[in-house]
Amino acid sequence: MASPTEQGPVHAAASRDVGPMLPVRIIPCLDVRDGRVVKGVRFRGLEDQGDPAALALAYEEQGADEVVVLDVTATPEGRGTRLDTVAAVRARLSVPLTVGGGIGEIEDAAALLEAGADKVAVNTAALRQPALLTDLAARFGSQCVVVSLDALRRGDGPGVDSGYEVVVLSGTRPVARDAVAWAREAVERGAGEILLTSIDRDGTRSGYELTLLRAVRSAVSVPIVASGGADSPEHMTDAVRAGADAVLAASIFHQGNWTVEGIKGALAALGVSVRPGYSDARGRAEVAGAQRPARIRDGAEERAL
Amino acid sequence: MTARAPAVTVVRTSTANLASVLTGFERLGCRVRATDDATDVAAAGRLVLPGVGAFAAAQRAIASHGLEDALRERIERGRPTLGICLGMQLMASGSEEAPGVCGLGVFDGVVGGYESGEEGWRVPQMGWNLVTPDARCEIVPRGYAYFANSYRLAAAPDGWLPVWCEYAGRFLAAVERGPVIGCQFHPELSGDYGKALLTRWLEA
Repeated sequence: MASPTEQGPVHAAASRDVGPMLPVRIIPCLDVRDGRVVKGVRFRGLEDQGDPAALALAYEEQGADEVVVLDVTATPEGRGTRLDTVAAVRARLSVPLTVGGGIGEIEDAAALLEAGADKVAVNTAALRQPALLTDLAARFGSQCVVVSLDALRRGDGPGVDSGYEVVVLSGTRPVARDAVAWAREAVERGAGEILLTSIDRDGTRSGYELTLLRAVRSAVSVPIVASGGADSPEHMTDAVRAGADAVLAASIFHQGNWTVEGIKGALAALGVSVRPGYSDARGRAEVAGAQRPARIRDGAEERAL
Repeated sequence: MTARAPAVTVVRTSTANLASVLTGFERLGCRVRATDDATDVAAAGRLVLPGVGAFAAAQRAIASHGLEDALRERIERGRPTLGICLGMQLMASGSEEAPGVCGLGVFDGVVGGYESGEEGWRVPQMGWNLVTPDARCEIVPRGYAYFANSYRLAAAPDGWLPVWCEYAGRFLAAVERGPVIGCQFHPELSGDYGKALLTRWLEA
């Protein structure tokens, strides 16, 4: 294979018109139930999207910078994350894997790292027992500890000054806790990254919840992964401008509207720095698929390449 | 791939992303195993000290299994050894992350924190950053590698070839001394870049 990364400036990471100091990470998210990838709208009406390991590998080959696996029924069903799914994804994936869902204590995180996770995302348990974040950071380092925060837009309500309320148990239980205040506390207690999901936007393809992003950005200095609502590179650019370091998406990738490489090409054209594929000067490695022709289906415009 | 699958031994620290490291080498055709036994550490043809973990917790695990001498000795003798992320930091004298806790001390230097607070620099550093090896480096290539770290070495230790990177100032992305390598980033998570690096290390 030729060395396509040398061909043009489209994927040049030097472009820094907008965004953080590292290339913006594009993160496909695999919501998993019973060993299968599912996706719904606002956390409901989950439909089958395919095999986790096969999808993860396909996204890596497209240029995904990281993959997130969330076992969306683990905590509601009162169990830990399915380790077999994590191991199956890990066996094929050579980019970072964040795993969340059902982490209730420190040994759950240890088991996930042993099975194939690189970072663990804690949600319900961290809110119930914030010291868990501190304990996880003390053993695995803050860079391994992601707090997964699902927020719902509210009017003014008691304890919800920012207008966003934290919801736990896979989006089923509001807890009358301000999302921005919780983000700040979670970081103080040891979280090294925030996976910030807007339930209002999840699966709706209406764009990320930018007001929420800006509010959390102004409250913390750790990286923020924007989640919920992505439909286009423009949405992702908006999220980056609002302070996101990484953008997570599920529906648009699972349903084939965009490939990761298509998104990266379009983002680069919009002035957002993205990671280029790798080409080994000594010719020993195949190159990441960042510039293979984008397979854009559903009649989407071919604006990527 | 070589005719006979190379064997790689990974130190079990109870804090690391063990499966990522093991499967990363398996995908390159290696036979892999994890160990916390000092005899294995001393005898291993190729040894990996994996990353992920807090400095004090991982150092405590290494010490409790009596692995420090075996690790120091094989590095001093130049036997193929790869320290990843925290595994590289543990080669230093100590870290600001854990004042008073000694590292292996195979080179002088104290691991420090990034200068946070400046606009745009998030801590931890999380993501892909461009690493640039010294011209004499033979294993670490130039390219984008995946980092997840709050601490780093800022200066190159004597006798080691430096690989540099920028994040809130210049820092040490990796060091090379023959087949002994320390990487602040995660080659096992760095896609095709990482595979190229690991392949070279397996041949070194």
